[in-house]
Amino acid sequence: MAGQTLYDKLWHSHLVEQREDGSALIYIDRQLIHEVTSPQAFEGLRLAGRAPWRRDANLAVPDHNVPTERRERAGGVAAIEDPVSRLQVQTLDENCDEFELVKFDINDVRQGIVHVVGPEQGATLPGMTVVCGDSHTSTHGALGALAHGIGTSEVEHALATQTLIQQKMKNMLVRVDGKLQAGVSAKDVALAIIGKIGTAGGTGYAIEFGGQVVRDMSMEGRMTLCNMSIEAGARMGMVAVDDTTLEYVQGRPYAPQGEMWERAVSAWRNLHSDDDAQFDAVVTLQGEDIKPQVTWGTSPEMVLPVDGVLPDPAEIEDATQKAAVTRALEYMGLEAGSSISAIRPDRVFIGSCTNSRIEDLRAAAEVVRGHRVASSIKQALVVPGSGEVKKQAESEGLDKVFIEAGMEWREPGCSMCLAMNADKLGAGEHCASTSNRNFEGRQGFGGRTHLVSPAMAAAAAVAGHFVDVRNWEGAGQ
Amino acid sequence: MEKFEQLHGVAAPLLRANVDTDAIIPSREMKRVSKQGLGEGLFAGWRYIGEGTREEAPAFVLNRPEYRGASIILSGPNFGCGSSREHAVWALREFGIRAIIAPGFGAIFANNCVRNGLLPLVLDASQIETIARWVEQNPAVNRVLIDLPAQRVTADGQHYAFDIEAGARQMLVEGLDAIALTQTRQPVIEAFHEARRRQRPWLY
Repeated sequence: MAGQTLYDKLWHSHLVEQREDGSALIYIDRQLIHEVTSPQAFEGLRLAGRAPWRRDANLAVPDHNVPTERRERAGGVAAIEDPVSRLQVQTLDENCDEFELVKFDINDVRQGIVHVVGPEQGATLPGMTVVCGDSHTSTHGALGALAHGIGTSEVEHALATQTLIQQKMKNMLVRVDGKLQAGVSAKDVALAIIGKIGTAGGTGYAIEFGGQVVRDMSMEGRMTLCNMSIEAGARMGMVAVDDTTLEYVQGRPYAPQGEMWERAVSAWRNLHSDDDAQFDAVVTLQGEDIKPQVTWGTSPEMVLPVDGVLPDPAEIEDATQKAAVTRALEYMGLEAGSSISAIRPDRVFIGSCTNSRIEDLRAAAEVVRGHRVASSIKQALVVPGSGEVKKQAESEGLDKVFIEAGMEWREPGCSMCLAMNADKLGAGEHCASTSNRNFEGRQGFGGRTHLVSPAMAAAAAVAGHFVDVRNWEGAGQ
Repeated sequence: MEKFEQLHGVAAPLLRANVDTDAIIPSREMKRVSKQGLGEGLFAGWRYIGEGTREEAPAFVLNRPEYRGASIILSGPNFGCGSSREHAVWALREFGIRAIIAPGFGAIFANNCVRNGLLPLVLDASQIETIARWVEQNPAVNRVLIDLPAQRVTADGQHYAFDIEAGARQMLVEGLDAIALTQTRQPVIEAFHEARRRQRPWLY
């Protein structure tokens, strides 16, 4: 019998029951909950007279709607100015109180973006199934977990039954060999993969990321990589457990301790694909070939290396593709054949579940240290992913580096990633953003998003246009 | 949940690739705590002339008189990619859409569809193109017939067979409540839970 992939192992260890129609009942270890996709699930439970089946499997935190300005934030939920945002956060509070679920309040130091908070608290662990009503739940796969986003009906299903009805995916290995150049990060790797396989390239697959580049990555980098699996069409991405994983998890508040830790570790050591495991698809990239990436269009697959030139629809044969490129150039207000380095952002956003962890903030701070944000930039936001990240960054003096450069240091939350709170782009504005989606209107009506790494966003903030951070003074130190 | 068996309806061509759930319902339109009232925000960025207005953009397909009352959307690859927001499905349903025909779907979106009586139907891009050209000749008359139990689309006298997972088909055809269905397996779930607690006590 051929060996198993990591995904196969995780699947089989959670398989409650195979169903006759080919689907399966899968046990859920952890559900993370936020204020946007949960109210209708709780309402559904109430209407049907149901209750959460295993309350301690759930952890809730508000993130999408929370204000990130200190003044507004200081007043707590009651002070949220936007009445609908306030209602969503209040509703989360009320639902968690009613159903007795653990919740981190808006100004708790443990509050933050749900995909930063889970791993940081040890609430998501290797070998778990992790779900959340948010597509970027794939992030948690970095710990060797089976983690994916679900809709609200499935949030309700997981609350009520501690299971989900699932179809087994095919296995895809994305192997990144070699080493990354200085100044190139996990975000660039993620974008390069999406550029190679397309936004539907991973549809129907569970992706495992491997290869020397991934082995050498920090947990923060692996989370960035797994986070963007969904942008490649795969609901879940994952990385095998190794010493890096274990060192990250040990000592976190919800992680096992003492003898329990030892028992857990011996089980977690098996969370890797067997040497003779068969993958249905294998994609390989060479680390040395990956340059800093910048998206120019309205889909993450519309991405180029920083020294790239925008495509010309006249040279594209496929009609759907030609139409998509034409439409994207028009929406973005960019000329075919122009260069990435000519794009001048109006705003810069460093944050989101993709890039708001301590390593991301350190990378950005390293670039802006001793510089000033260009006068053409209207706003440069730095938004830590959680209260713990914020505290850590401040203890390292990173907040001062950003503030001295003319950037704004904010309170934790999803911020400008998705235009649900006060942080938004204006129509026509370009943004160098470390978030994950450059869809039309994603960061605000008419907004124009360019996805980049934290170092690239920081360099664009200082230079006033996109520059190759590999050539930045101090790059690689 | 409303059952889905046959549907004979006006089909609106929106032949773009990667129609994401932010486009289907922008975040500013989904800031509510109920499932109701989302239809108005459907495709708001394309359907209205600007932010915060309800003045319709006349060129957008669903605003054109011949496509009023459409219950089917014909689209390009990777429809419903992006955010997991089920609000996108609730908005489509409230607007009156019962089926999307596309060469492929975002996986979370497709799951959400099945839970809400909306059929995500996969055909080849070339077949969809052919159907769209025929529909466009006279949209109100050239209606598309979908027979889910038979797994067949009929347009312009041509039949197109399609595949769908058995579980999804059953859920749609019978209008099942997935939670109630799963709860019938409660003893098996409890046994699994207890075994897991013994084997992996650090999770509990």
